[in-house]
Amino acid sequence: MSSTYAWAGIAAIVVTATAGDILQARAMKQLGDLGAIRRSQSLTQVVRRVASSAPFLLGLLFMALAFFSLLVTLSWGEVSVVGPASASLTFIANAIAARIFLKEQVTRRRWLAACFVAGGVALLAR
Amino acid sequence: MTARKYLILLAVAVFAACGDVCLARGMRDFGAVTAANWRWLLTALANAWVIGGIVLLILFFCTYLTALSWADLTYVLPATALSYILMAALGKIFLHENVTRAHWLGIALVTIGVGVVASGPSHTTPAHATTQGPNLHREVVLKTGTESQP
Repeated sequence: MSSTYAWAGIAAIVVTATAGDILQARAMKQLGDLGAIRRSQSLTQVVRRVASSAPFLLGLLFMALAFFSLLVTLSWGEVSVVGPASASLTFIANAIAARIFLKEQVTRRRWLAACFVAGGVALLAR
Repeated sequence: MTARKYLILLAVAVFAACGDVCLARGMRDFGAVTAANWRWLLTALANAWVIGGIVLLILFFCTYLTALSWADLTYVLPATALSYILMAALGKIFLHENVTRAHWLGIALVTIGVGVVASGPSHTTPAHATTQGPNLHREVVLKTGTESQP
């Protein structure tokens, strides 16, 4: 299988994994501090609130899509390329998407951290 | 950030690393899964290591969601990247995997990244600002009110 397929697969993993992370983060932000909610509600009520959140369920769907994209891409390309490339690019994509969709202030400190971690993960995942 | 919140971030990293290592250890008992023997995956679900790994990964997901409820995604992801270092260490100790020079360099880069983000603020979103905003305003009003009294 050509490297074009492998890189298209890596792009699919990065997009679906980032969408999953962003949706999960949005769901949790909408619900608020789970520790504080837990003090006034039972664990079952907290689980029910999380499980009935639309962004949370959509996030789970995207996480499942990311997992299956990874499985398919691993059959197209070498694990030593697919693993590090998808893991490190997801860190960078998350920083960009969090700034756009979650309105997080991605400061120079956070960019630096994301780049260091992405580089480190790329080396560790080889 | 309270000590309890730092503990939750640490728990995210520990559960993720231990869960993955348990799954890897369990799957070693079964060998490579192919299209011909994919049914082995079902029997793998009865393996103690695989069950332990799944339980740990469920705990990882719960602590990860808890962390996301009070911290930014761009804070939680790098801050919990310690899991990659733990995974390399556990892989070397328990699975006797080879840790190369490139891996050590990767560990150094992740450690720097974690240190850089963990020393900064954990929450910067407008949602946080709006929940603080009225409280801050109320504090200012109360203070002004008190000061204006004779």
